Amino acid sequence: MRAPTGSHIAAGEVLLAVENVSLSFGGVHAIRDVSFDIRKGEIRAIIGPNGAGKTSMLNVINGFYTPQAGQITFKGQTRSKMRPFEAARGGIARTFQNVALFRGMTALDNIMAGRTLRMHRGLFWQIFRYGPAMTEEVEHRLRAEEIIDFLHIQHIRKIQVGRLPYGLQKRVELGRALAMEPDLLLLDEPMAGMNLEEKEDMSRFVLDVNQHFGTTIALIEHDMGVVMDLSDRVVVLDYGQKIADGSPDEVKSNKTVIDAYLGVAH
Amino acid sequence: MFYREAGQFKTDYASDQAVFPILQDRIGIVVIVLAAYSLVLAQNDFLLNAMMIPFLIFTLAAIGLNLLTGYTGLLSLGTGAFMGVGAYSCYKLTTIFPGVNIIIWIIVSGFFAAFIGVIFGLPSLRIKGFYLAVATLAAQFFLEWCFIRIPWLYNYNVSAAIEVPQRELFGVIVTGPRATAETRYLIVLTIVVVMTWMASNIVHGRIGRMWMAVRDMDIAAELMGIRLLPTKLLAFAVSSFYCGVAGAMLVFLWYGGAESTVFSINQSFFVLFMIIIGGLGSLLGSYLGAALIFMLPIVLRFVPPKFGIPVHAATVEHITFMTVGALIVFFLIVEPHGLARLWQIAKQKLRVWPFPY
Ligand SMILES: Nc1ncnc2c1ncn2[C@@H]1O[C@H](COP(=O)(O)OP(=O)(O)OP(=O)(O)O)[C@@H](O)[C@H]1O
Ligand SMILES: [Mg+2]
Repeated sequence: MRAPTGSHIAAGEVLLAVENVSLSFGGVHAIRDVSFDIRKGEIRAIIGPNGAGKTSMLNVINGFYTPQAGQITFKGQTRSKMRPFEAARGGIARTFQNVALFRGMTALDNIMAGRTLRMHRGLFWQIFRYGPAMTEEVEHRLRAEEIIDFLHIQHIRKIQVGRLPYGLQKRVELGRALAMEPDLLLLDEPMAGMNLEEKEDMSRFVLDVNQHFGTTIALIEHDMGVVMDLSDRVVVLDYGQKIADGSPDEVKSNKTVIDAYLGVAH
Repeated sequence: MFYREAGQFKTDYASDQAVFPILQDRIGIVVIVLAAYSLVLAQNDFLLNAMMIPFLIFTLAAIGLNLLTGYTGLLSLGTGAFMGVGAYSCYKLTTIFPGVNIIIWIIVSGFFAAFIGVIFGLPSLRIKGFYLAVATLAAQFFLEWCFIRIPWLYNYNVSAAIEVPQRELFGVIVTGPRATAETRYLIVLTIVVVMTWMASNIVHGRIGRMWMAVRDMDIAAELMGIRLLPTKLLAFAVSSFYCGVAGAMLVFLWYGGAESTVFSINQSFFVLFMIIIGGLGSLLGSYLGAALIFMLPIVLRFVPPKFGIPVHAATVEHITFMTVGALIVFFLIVEPHGLARLWQIAKQKLRVWPFPY
């Protein structure tokens, strides 16, 4: 895998900033006036109790939800809403809380699908396959194989993902996101439902992606141990509001956060 | 034992990305194609005219619908009408420009069908599933209405039907009443073989993956940077192209003439049943489905009498309806990937035979 390209932002500078974003569904206020930023090269954890608005925040960042108020600045460009296609173009990749793989396709094809934006041969060349389309196909297959090696999923590359166990599906989904060679990777509970060993593997992959390829990562995770180990900074949401933001240690000892997790009445 | 990849090491990704990575499969395909071509030597008009030609033409239509419904997940009930667009375009083109090679017009009429397909595919961005099916149904009825009410389309013939004129290719008569079954068969076979190869190339490459991604999980596809509308419209275009060519061949190389009823909703269902039984999202399935639905009545009609069991035409029809109905229910419930999947399972068993795993 190559290091992400196409970004003029230096490590440590703000890659994505969310300012005063509010989002509601009818009467449900999923996000209320939340601002935070993600700096290039960091692992930024987003935590909070169930229904706090974490997933909604990712959906705002990659354009699935249109916030009622606020703005998003990504790579220096400010807008009131993202569009999914723009987000992908801009280098934002994503995994989902409930695995959203292409179930009828093989693991390899899922990962190859992640490279769609980087492949350009149109219908004319695809009809003949041999020639330029094949050259491109092989070139991207090599990239896909690097990801497959990295995630240790060689043995399942030709298996339909719908038949894989959950832990492996999560891994293939990470592979598909990595295939996009993103600048910003949004991971929504990548370790949910995994056993200890799988969690450790996945933590390793997340760290490796961040360290070796310099990919910026936003990570939603319920397992506090994992969050404390992996993340550089943590933002805490509760009932759609930001209640804390800082280093893992600061957040851990924050009174409001402890109350929120223990369910103290508001 | 004989069917396995043992000893065939793939030394590069190009050969692994090939459509048939296993040698036995490639040999099998070549043998089947050669056998299909050698059928002309049989001098059997019934075989070619009543069985092979329509089977191949419907296979092509089934491939077309499968690209849309099986690969991209967009249900269409307008197949019959899109076939009709191909047929009527071809008729207009060849009567306006009689000097141009008829094969060229058959292919070009596919582009007309593709264009119409794209127009009726436009709602697919906003609506899915059942509602899209209803929209394609509207296309079906609207186009059928055009075929009946616009006499210009059938050149104001008193019969209100397409009357296929005689056309020659390198001095050989290929359409019209005097064209031999052999000639027509060779043309149909060649077009279907080439177009199957093309469809196979498309579905195994980037575009095929985009279609399947949209089918399996459209939100995730969007996040990969796949734009839904252009992807769906491309599926409509390619699919309708196939149906259009199939429609043009149906009239020009099989029926020799056709009224609008040929392109009715029944035809749409006929092709839809083929891909449900054969296998959604499988090119092989399109062949198997067309073979089964098309050959079944013929087999029922002609095999029992050979054993001295008389059957009525009506009985054959009833048995066909019941069998097809039962098969559709069976495949929808038990094996949505149809006959093609059963074939795959058999192949997998063969690969490890005689060991259970
Ligand atoms: N599409 C939607 N329509 C209506 N309400 C929604 C929608 N998406 C989210 N919500 C509501 O917004 C609130 C925040 O949901 P969200 O999924 O963002 O929480 P979360 O922090 O990801 O929770 P969890 O840890 O359970 O995944 C919840 O009350 C939820 O019911
Ligand atoms: Mg969530």
